[in-house]
This record gives sequence, C-alpha cells and structure tokens, in this order.
Amino acid sequence: MGIMNFTGTTLKNLFSKPATKLYPSVPQDYKERTRGHVVNDIDTCIFCGMCMRKCPTGAISVDRNTRTWQIDRMNCVQCACCVKNCPKNCLSMGKEYTTPDTEKTIDVLQKILTPEEIAAEEAAKKAQQEKIKAAMEAKKAAEAAKAAEAAKTEEPAKAE
Amino acid sequence: MSTRSIVPFGPQHPVLPEPIHLDLVIEDEKIVEAIPSIGFVHRGLESLVNKREFTEYVYVAERICGICSFLHGASYCDAVERVMQIELPGRAKYLRTIWAEMSRIHSHLLWLGLLADAFGFESLFMQAWRIREKVLDMLEASTGGRCIFSVNCVGGVLKDMDASMLKGFVQELDKMEIQVRAMEKTFLSDATVNNRLRGVGILTKQQAHELGATGPFMRASGINRDTRKLGYYAYGDLEFEPIISNDCDSYARCEVRIREIYQSFDLIRQAVAKIPDGDIAVPVKGNPDGESFVRVEQPRGEAVYYLKADGTKFIDRFRVRTPTFANIPAMLETLKGCDYADVPIMVLTIDPCISCTER
Repeated sequence: MGIMNFTGTTLKNLFSKPATKLYPSVPQDYKERTRGHVVNDIDTCIFCGMCMRKCPTGAISVDRNTRTWQIDRMNCVQCACCVKNCPKNCLSMGKEYTTPDTEKTIDVLQKILTPEEIAAEEAAKKAQQEKIKAAMEAKKAAEAAKAAEAAKTEEPAKAE
Repeated sequence: MSTRSIVPFGPQHPVLPEPIHLDLVIEDEKIVEAIPSIGFVHRGLESLVNKREFTEYVYVAERICGICSFLHGASYCDAVERVMQIELPGRAKYLRTIWAEMSRIHSHLLWLGLLADAFGFESLFMQAWRIREKVLDMLEASTGGRCIFSVNCVGGVLKDMDASMLKGFVQELDKMEIQVRAMEKTFLSDATVNNRLRGVGILTKQQAHELGATGPFMRASGINRDTRKLGYYAYGDLEFEPIISNDCDSYARCEVRIREIYQSFDLIRQAVAKIPDGDIAVPVKGNPDGESFVRVEQPRGEAVYYLKADGTKFIDRFRVRTPTFANIPAMLETLKGCDYADVPIMVLTIDPCISCTER
C-alpha cells in the first residue's frame, strides 16, 4: 500500500494535450470503415424492395409504383444488412453519423424519370402485358385442344 | 435489539448505468438481506428469432448487450454453424478471437472506470476511460462500429484486417499496456482505494461454487475455471492460463480484471503472430435443422446459448443465459452483513449487465 501513486499521472496530464476534442468546432475524424448512415444512389436503384425485407428494424420502405425509397433515420441501427443484400450495389454506408434531432425524420428519395425513360418503361410494360396475353391465349388453346381430344377418346368408349 | 427497515436501492441509482432494484433489509447500518427484482428493460429479443430470418437475426443478437455485443453475435453464429455443421475458415476464427479479446479489454476498462466512480475517485475514472477510447478507435477502424460491430455472419466474418492494420494495432496495444500499468498502481496499491476494497464483500470459494458464480467474480474467489480453455475459435492454439485470486474480496475482483486486461493484450499478440491467410467466410446454403448448445467466456463470465431450428429460415427457439443472471445469487450473498455504504461497490463488482440479463 502506498501514497502519491497518482502523482505521476497527474503531472503528465498537467503538461499534455487534452484527450478530448472541442467538438463541433473541431470536426470529428471518421475512420475509413465507420458506419454512419445509409446512402442510396437513387439513379441505380431498381426498387426491388430487398433492403426493405431484410432490414432487422423495418426502417426502410420502398414503393415501386411511385419509385420512392424512404428511410426512418431514428429506426435505422446502421447494421449495413441492406448494403450487404442490395442486388444493384446502390446502397452504401456514409461515414458521418446522423445529426441529433428533436423529431423523428423520414428521408424520402424519389427517382424522377426523363420522358424517354417513361416511354421506354411504358413500352416495356406493354410488351410484357402482350406477352402475358399471348401466353394466356396459348394456354387456353392448349386446354381446349386437350378437352377435344378427351371428348374424342370418350365418344368411342360410349359407342361401345 | 435494533429494528429492521427496508431501503429501496435502484432501479435509478447514480452508481448504476442500468436498472436493477434491490430491497435492502437493514439493521442499523448493516444489510441483513437483499431482495432483488429485475424486469425493467425486457425487450423480448429472444422471441424475435421467430420473426427474423436466421441470417438477419445476427444483428438482433448482438444488440442484446452494448458491451459484450460482439460475443453475443458471434456465439449466435457459432450456434447456427454447429447446427449446419459449417467449419469456419482458420482466419475467421482468429479474427473472431482478436475482436473478442479487444471487447474484453474495452469491457474491463469500462468496469474499472465505473468502479473508480463508485468509490468516488473521479479522476481515476477518467484515466480508465481515456485508455478505453484507444481500443474503441481500433474497433471502429477495423469493424466500422465502436461498440456494436456488425461483422459477424453465419459462416464467418464480414470484414478482414490486413497485416499492416494488425501490426498497427499491436503497436497501439503496447502503448496502452504502459498506460494501464501506470493506472494499475493506483488501483492496486493506493491507500484510499485499498480502504474501500479490501475485505469488502467476501465470497468464499465454497459459496462461489454453490451459488454458481461465473467469470472474474468466480475466479476472484479462487476457482480455476475459464470457458476459453474449451478451445473455441482460436483459443485452442493460444497459450494462456486462467487468472485467479484467493483473496475473495472486492480488491481481488479488481485485481483479476486488471490482470485479465494484460492477458488479453498477450492473447491478441499471440493471435496476430499466428493468424493464417485465407478466406474469412464460407458460403451458407440451406436452412438449419437441429439443436445446439454453445458456451463462451464473455468479459463478465460464462454465457450459455441454446438454439433449436426446425428446417425453415426462421429459428424455433434461441435462449441465452447471461453471466450477470448467474452472478446475482452470489452477489446477494456478498451483500449480507456488509455496510450500507458498500452496497454500490458490491453491486458493481459483479459487473452487472441488466440489459443482457433481461434481453
């Protein structure tokens, strides 16, 4: 047991720089891998909704029809699960932490298409609908043919 | 004969960061009995396992606790890997070991700071937390998170540490060790600190064994047992001996934890020297089906995990027995007969983590 054990540390502290930073006037230096907040590059997003399904806290919601992607920043826990599962790699983690807030904020990102893109999308939709229609008709025809064949095989059986 | 009265302690108490309530039955200034009650921060994380896919539950599992977060996530992955009979790549095992030891250092330094704060040595508390900041920086640089790392996945780990990063960390740890040694002098040989810790809260070896204490709390009562000796992750390849003390008091618990910090420094150095090259994860196919049982040594003691899966992507049952839960009966035993003023130190010396206990 002794006394004055802390003196060395005290003297060292007296002549050394402070361990803390004068935040926010001195900015925080984030590390390369810091997971601060989720960033979405909305131009490459295809609104597949994979991030929404995989999110452990349900912070993300995606609407394919209105082409919106929104995130509840207060619910997000920065686990980067959405980033891991994104098929287009449009999600990434930004270094900066989200700012403190007094209200719950939801960030909404909407993809705005050019007239050409809208036309192309509508054309693709139409083509797909036609494809479905053709497939349905083909299926109907096949079913009718099958029914006719069944009737044919049944008829001779009845005649006998 | 003096009359007995009941003094409530917690759930809001300056010394406790987390809510536990004790009804202290006191006679004069002596504690006769302590009746605990928990249940203030129950979050139902265990039942969430039915609602999250087994690959996504890792992120929930590591949020069971803020301090032993890494081992909760890693042990959950370990439990699923055992069910699916996945053999981890060697590098992933070593990376998990390094991160587990780093979180042990950060947990023990946090505890030392809280202990200093509990006996009123404010500046010592700040010294401990200043050293802890270094290890938090290392964890942030390697994983992206300071306390919750999110680097585990079923089948391995998500992030790698290259040779230069590991070398930098070892150099940083060497500097940290010098600082911890300077701080150790105050913790272990200062007269004021000794007066508050020596002979306070005796838990004999027999009592520790009977009441099922775990972790540094148990090892400070002279029981030589450390779950890391089972050789999970890379611990089988590393050389270490469990740290024990025969003093059985609060001072012994402080000493054991300080020496465990040095042990963790040593284990990280060994792991960095032996880490093999190769993949950090193996691909996982299919869903788990079966049961598994995992034991790990967390900073606070032994944690036990039970997992039962039924072949779907949702796991049937996941149960966690945390070290604090096992330590509460022994803590109540130490409280009997102690001074009312020593109760905060008694409660603190088990390193209580109530969020863990209640999940």
